[in-house]
Amino acid sequence: MIWLTWRQFRAQTVVTAAALAGFAVIFGVTGPNLAHAYAASGLASCRGNCTSLSSTFLSQVKSDSVYPLLYFAGGAALYLTPALIGSFWGAPLVSRELEAGTLRLTWNQSVTRTRWMAAKLGLVGLIAMATAGLLSLMVTWWSGPIDQAGGFPVTAGQLSRFSPLVFDARGFAPVGYVAFAFTLGVTVGVLTRRTLPAMAIALACVAVVQLGWPSVVRPHLIPPATSTSTVSVNVSTARVGHAGELAVPVTGTPGAWIVSNQTITPAGKVFVLPDVAACNTGTQQQCNQFLATQHLRRRITYQPASRFWAFQAYETAIFVVLSLALAGFSVWWIRSRRLA
Amino acid sequence: MTVIIEARGLGKQYRSRWALSDCTFSIPAGHVVGLVGPNGAGKTTLLHLATGLLTPTAGTIEVAGGQPAASGAQLARVGFVAQDTPTYAAFSIADHLRLGAHLNPGWDTRLAADRITRLGLDPGLKAGRLSGGQRAQLALTLAVAKRPDLLILDEPVASLDPLARRDFLQDLADAVAEHQMSVVLSSHLLSDLKHACDYLVVLIAGHVRLIGGVAELLAVYRQQAGMRADLEDLVLAYLSQPTEPRYAPEETR
Repeated sequence: MIWLTWRQFRAQTVVTAAALAGFAVIFGVTGPNLAHAYAASGLASCRGNCTSLSSTFLSQVKSDSVYPLLYFAGGAALYLTPALIGSFWGAPLVSRELEAGTLRLTWNQSVTRTRWMAAKLGLVGLIAMATAGLLSLMVTWWSGPIDQAGGFPVTAGQLSRFSPLVFDARGFAPVGYVAFAFTLGVTVGVLTRRTLPAMAIALACVAVVQLGWPSVVRPHLIPPATSTSTVSVNVSTARVGHAGELAVPVTGTPGAWIVSNQTITPAGKVFVLPDVAACNTGTQQQCNQFLATQHLRRRITYQPASRFWAFQAYETAIFVVLSLALAGFSVWWIRSRRLA
Repeated sequence: MTVIIEARGLGKQYRSRWALSDCTFSIPAGHVVGLVGPNGAGKTTLLHLATGLLTPTAGTIEVAGGQPAASGAQLARVGFVAQDTPTYAAFSIADHLRLGAHLNPGWDTRLAADRITRLGLDPGLKAGRLSGGQRAQLALTLAVAKRPDLLILDEPVASLDPLARRDFLQDLADAVAEHQMSVVLSSHLLSDLKHACDYLVVLIAGHVRLIGGVAELLAVYRQQAGMRADLEDLVLAYLSQPTEPRYAPEETR
């Protein structure tokens, strides 16, 4: 059975290996230069306040012609991998054989359906997980210097490796995402019995999970830490919400994931910019002076940088368990429903 | 006499429609059985139940002494050539033979290779480029080379031209004579099968209408319809005038 699965999956494996080799060459050529720039910046040996060293290094990275492109390309590749594998490897795995009628050939060889399905799920699933693991290893290694300096600089602060956009493209969590996306695709294909609808549905489901998970589920995996401190508000850098609430950028927690950031009054209520002349018609300085008299504090809930690997482990475990459940369901469905 | 297929109260329901209902019969081993009936009579359903591709809604079916597709050993006892003879279009003929060798413990490598040589097929050719007749031959090779006790063929000649039809059935007859298998083959045209089979099952609207050895059925029928009546007249009589199921004299249930 492994022979047949491999024979059917050979071409995709070769194409995927070629793509991975391409990434390996690009990251392998540019990675050492990036690591060298990090070493030259003095950040590695810096103790205490390293803010100026890291901002020098990061602005050097950001102004480079290649590094920003590769930084985002690597992340995008890891974002797309689960969706692509779920829809192009998972969904057609059974449904295409149903449509072509080849199941009626294969299921009448001397191999039970359970073994047939186990071999397909096992071998293709392992290739999918290895693909994600290798790609993530490369991207995580290449981005290491940038992540260690606190993350890629953007207008709203820094993209730490813990931030929702980056977390999915680091460490071993992508292995879990891909296992989930693959088995989800297989299950959808088994249920719909049609390749094209299954591919579309699998793509949509994976995208919904990828987009929803970081905001709906991830913050609650471990209850976030809370921290309240006095703050001096500068209206030119603070983010102003729809109702006039303020969010003052957080510095001093490198690598953390800021889940929420509120500016509150001494009574503990969320502060909203009042309708006063200083801030309506006055200069920024006048508004800042007014705000300084309000004794405002900043309350943040955040996941400290030290929890990064715990979150990686939790998410990997959750998605691997989910994918085992989906795999078990699809095997059971095929055994009991007799798909012919 | 050993029994190759035994059905008791067998029925299969698709949504609200019964494709097959209340079929009770047993077919002795060692025959080439023709399964005949109009389109939609339930032939494919019956054959899929016999291979285990479908499970019965009612009743039971036993094939070659066991429940269809219940285990690898049971699967090894039954060879199946499905309708339209599906093959992997991207696989070469040699790949299909390797598939058979990997998936069947009883695979007869020499038999498979000899058949392909005898048919004059190039093993490197992709199955997607074969003609309908060649693909049917490839599918038959796969089914025969696993050395089953029972070979089931669903409308094997439906897509073949008359010449390929004759060659295929001749080739099948040779394989049966050589390897002592029981065979069930279906068709909606009796003329396809009348020279190939020595046992007949007529299926109409999901019910078995007629079952028995060809010689015995004919002997009984000729007593009513005259000595020149042949098998086709007999089956036509049943197809045009549906009556109660009728069994050949020696078929007691």
